[in-house]
Amino acid sequence: MASVGKIARRTFLIGAAAIAGGVAVGYYYYRKPYPNPLERDLAADEATFNPYVKIGADNTITIVAPRAEMGQGISTTLAAMVAEELDVGLDQIKVEHGPASYAYYNSAMLEEGGPFAFFDESMTAEIVRAGMGVVGKFLALQGTGGSTSTLDGFGKMRQAGAAARQMLIAAAAQKLGIAAAELETANGRVLHKASGKSLTYGAVAATAAAMAPPAEIRLKDKADWKLLGKPQKRIDMLAKVTGAPIFGIDLTLPEMLYGTVKMSPRFWAKPVKADVSNAEKMPGVIKIVPIDTNYGHGFGIIAENTWAAFKAAEAIDAEWADPEYPPDSAGISELLKQALGTTGSVMRDDGDVDTAFADAPREKVVEADYAVPYLAHATMEPMNATARLKDGVLDIWCGNQAPTLVRQLCANAVGIEQDKVSVHTTFMGGGFGRRIEVDFALCAALMAKETAGRPIKVIWTREEDMRHDAYRPASVGKFQARLGDDGMPVAIGMAIASPSPIASTLRRLFPSISPLGLDKSIVDGAYDQPYTIPNYRVSGIAAPVSIPVGFWRSVGCSINGFFHEGFMDEIAVAGKTDPVELRKTLMAAYPAAVKVVEKVAEMAKWGEALPAGKAKGIAFTLSFGSWVGEIVQVADTPSGIRIEKVWIAADVGTALDPGIIQAQLISAAIYGLSAAMGQEITFADGMVEQSNFHDYDAMRISQCPAFEVAILENFHKMGGVGEVGTPPAAPALANAIFALTGRRIRALPLSKEVTFA
Amino acid sequence: MRLTVDGQAFDFNADPEMPLLWALRDLMGKTGPKFGCGIAACGACTVHVDGQAVRSCSLPVGEVTGAVITIEGIDTEGRLHPVQQAWLEEQVAQCGYCQAGQIMSAVALLDEVADPTDADIDDAMGGNLCRCGTYPKIRAAIKRAVVLKTAGI
Repeated sequence: MASVGKIARRTFLIGAAAIAGGVAVGYYYYRKPYPNPLERDLAADEATFNPYVKIGADNTITIVAPRAEMGQGISTTLAAMVAEELDVGLDQIKVEHGPASYAYYNSAMLEEGGPFAFFDESMTAEIVRAGMGVVGKFLALQGTGGSTSTLDGFGKMRQAGAAARQMLIAAAAQKLGIAAAELETANGRVLHKASGKSLTYGAVAATAAAMAPPAEIRLKDKADWKLLGKPQKRIDMLAKVTGAPIFGIDLTLPEMLYGTVKMSPRFWAKPVKADVSNAEKMPGVIKIVPIDTNYGHGFGIIAENTWAAFKAAEAIDAEWADPEYPPDSAGISELLKQALGTTGSVMRDDGDVDTAFADAPREKVVEADYAVPYLAHATMEPMNATARLKDGVLDIWCGNQAPTLVRQLCANAVGIEQDKVSVHTTFMGGGFGRRIEVDFALCAALMAKETAGRPIKVIWTREEDMRHDAYRPASVGKFQARLGDDGMPVAIGMAIASPSPIASTLRRLFPSISPLGLDKSIVDGAYDQPYTIPNYRVSGIAAPVSIPVGFWRSVGCSINGFFHEGFMDEIAVAGKTDPVELRKTLMAAYPAAVKVVEKVAEMAKWGEALPAGKAKGIAFTLSFGSWVGEIVQVADTPSGIRIEKVWIAADVGTALDPGIIQAQLISAAIYGLSAAMGQEITFADGMVEQSNFHDYDAMRISQCPAFEVAILENFHKMGGVGEVGTPPAAPALANAIFALTGRRIRALPLSKEVTFA
Repeated sequence: MRLTVDGQAFDFNADPEMPLLWALRDLMGKTGPKFGCGIAACGACTVHVDGQAVRSCSLPVGEVTGAVITIEGIDTEGRLHPVQQAWLEEQVAQCGYCQAGQIMSAVALLDEVADPTDADIDDAMGGNLCRCGTYPKIRAAIKRAVVLKTAGI
């Protein structure tokens, strides 16, 4: 499949040519590049080389990092990719998110969308990946998600830097009358060592940007990297320790109004009776308007300040229609269980599971039912957006994970063309998948229709945010294993039922599109794990519960990591096998996985005796292309179970910034542990019961364990980073609690069964 | 109403029930303190009133008489506060949204206890939620800030 790589590289070269030189080329339509969006807003004396690089005559170097910064450090790592090849330090550049543009489509986000495990490198799997990448370009989704940003940027952003550098050298060669081959670059200058002559990039930028781009782009060898592969200082750190106004919620514009929303607490339900008159008379309130979008129905409160809007929202007296889904958690669970009893789509079917179980002696069979609840994202910054609709032009400011979606859907909602919409993407106070939604932007855009051209900042209360999420779906699973005489599994059957995030997302974003086939996220993390078991079947069922569900850090793997790895632990116990040895044996065909398990076991001194009252548990999940093993140590204390320490080993293929990767692995593990310990979203009367951090809390500093992390680079493909630490966290904790207490907890949150210190 | 915020006097009209947080953010343009929960459960809005760390989202502005200091007012003549410097050196922040509140709680802690134990840190910082899980680095940064403060940085 080398040709796929070649085409991808040439696609960019054509891109650079057409962008910089205006060269028309006879390629297929889908290989034609999108225009460079930076050309539209260039400052005087500023030149752009491609959608990622701008250089001013004063040598101000701007790099566009077109993925949403939600804390994962992506703006730093993407900037480092360009800077590495451009030969500039991170302290010499400005980094911008840039405009919403199809030029920044994320092809990697769809490449793993096919029904293949990450390690499947068969011809079919590779062809589908290449095909999905092309689909990504057609859809042109500028998205941040699926832990794909570094993978997507790694080729094109380094090439963008290298192409610009080669053009700058060519321009300097012309100006100095020296052969390009004799010139070098360093720190934003082109140098001629022999004569001591040098020019800043800025001095030749205009000439360089007008030149024909290089026919061949030479990228640095990994061994020559100065920035990549080493921990960098984050470009956003100073702003974040000084309280700078960098978040959507901080936006301040002249003449700005303030607002909030009160949406139906029952999803999709319309108000059957509503009285806004008292609310509208409250001091500081300007107007209350209905809001109707594909996300639901309710009211927008336009006011002179946020507090007035919040108070008025409370004063709206509304009755809402009945829910279209079971009104309480018991009814929803019942529906999930019914779905689990139906025939699912088989996503993995090795050997012959039915035959293997047909004659299984009872004592060799292990069976278990697992369940996880709905979860909210609960980002620290509540949903918000600022919008201004003036003279037929809509400006939207917000932290978001999909600017081209925001642009498209807000244009539709307001009734203007997309080219009349500008999306200004800010830093995000947390994303975790919540800000791939566009509800907050739609509400602000619709409210901006009612303010006679004045901008309005619409901030949701925490209660509104908690009760109107696109939740991590609840899920239930039925698991069976037949053990051989050596205690190892010879057959495993897994069936998993959960509402489909894809179907739910389409209903909100593109209701005219129907999903095809099984939503793979229902079984992600269960069907695609690097275990070899002779008879191994995993099937998934989409359960018909229409509470909105979406993408929660690691998506299906957050569910199935817990199911799969909890059940593996049960198999180890039943077969009297050490859980580390069990995994090493079953993963023998995947050396990267074995090395991860060996590493994390070595770090945690697995197998060494622990004092009474302490125990460890292990789990492993391959997700988003990275192989991650985690071991959790717990201790029994007078005030409950304390999580003392977590060891993480992760093979990410190529580690571009070890400091950021380590921070992300710890972050994702804490996110998973927080949920496993105590989080659940429950329903009564068709409404979410939780409302704020008093009843939907997360781990606090006093509960935070010590961490030890090892980053490995054994696998030949680069994996993702932002989500991969989450899936093994819950099962490693539950397995440790089993080792400590003998209690096998198969339903989250664990706090229903045990108390945490 | 009149309040002194970060050393500067502000005159404004507000419902005395309005939480200090919204007076700061919407009426005085001080967006450093963040809105997270509105019920004093997450600490993102932490500011100092007369040197005490308070949750500004749940404190009616009409009840505030003392001087208010926000994250925007803890540097000295443009030099970062040692706690901010420590945060920078430890590369604490991820999304960064809670960090203004974390830093204000840490500054108040170190003003009271020069060399806090882990238990002191747990007590003082337990009200500050971080969804990115930066706690290990917050702890390290507080310890580094102790050293920086002692060295007079």
